[in-house]
Amino acid sequence: MNMKIAVKLFAAARELAGQEEIVAELATGATVAQLRENLTENCPELCALLPHALFAIDNAYAQELDVVSEGSEVACIPPVSGG
Amino acid sequence: MIALTDQPIDSAKLVEQVQTPDSGAVLLFLGVTRRLTQGRETIQLVYDAYREMAVKEMASLEQEARERWHLHECLMVHRLGLVPVGDASVAIVVASGHRKEAFEAGEWLIDSLKQRVPIWKQEHWADGCTEWVHPSTVI
Repeated sequence: MNMKIAVKLFAAARELAGQEEIVAELATGATVAQLRENLTENCPELCALLPHALFAIDNAYAQELDVVSEGSEVACIPPVSGG
Repeated sequence: MIALTDQPIDSAKLVEQVQTPDSGAVLLFLGVTRRLTQGRETIQLVYDAYREMAVKEMASLEQEARERWHLHECLMVHRLGLVPVGDASVAIVVASGHRKEAFEAGEWLIDSLKQRVPIWKQEHWADGCTEWVHPSTVI
């Protein structure tokens, strides 16, 4: 079974992709690491940024082995520069 | 207290808010848009945020600071959108019994905010170029 995950984009990621959100199709039970691989393959414009980005699930930083679930809010967090 | 705002930060008002008779130290930190970065001139910065998560991360920093130091008050405000040179993008105000706690907590809060809170700045250079700032990344 596959699921569709909408990934929110910010800052340079949003600018490079030209959209606020990108949809990844992943196998059910996929991890953050697999989401990263999927985006690297399918969104070449984000290639340079993805190795440095973190991901958030439901407004909290996720680890590489955390599972992404359909219905969760997922976001790509490039290195932050607030302050 | 945590806030994101699209308006200029009124730091005097924030300082007023934290003063209590028991606070011997009230510390204000302002992060301000600087004109020159390595010789290059900035006109303004534009800040973007993942608002829901930024508020959550800032609230967890406030809570952690309150656990680590004995603080009477702790305020963190980040401005988003356009911030011209000389204006504050971030204000941190802490009040405590003695100065050591206020200095330590204030420094820890701004350092941690810069590392953890999903907010990004975009440089608008005087030469017309714009550039998102993503430390350690060359895009």
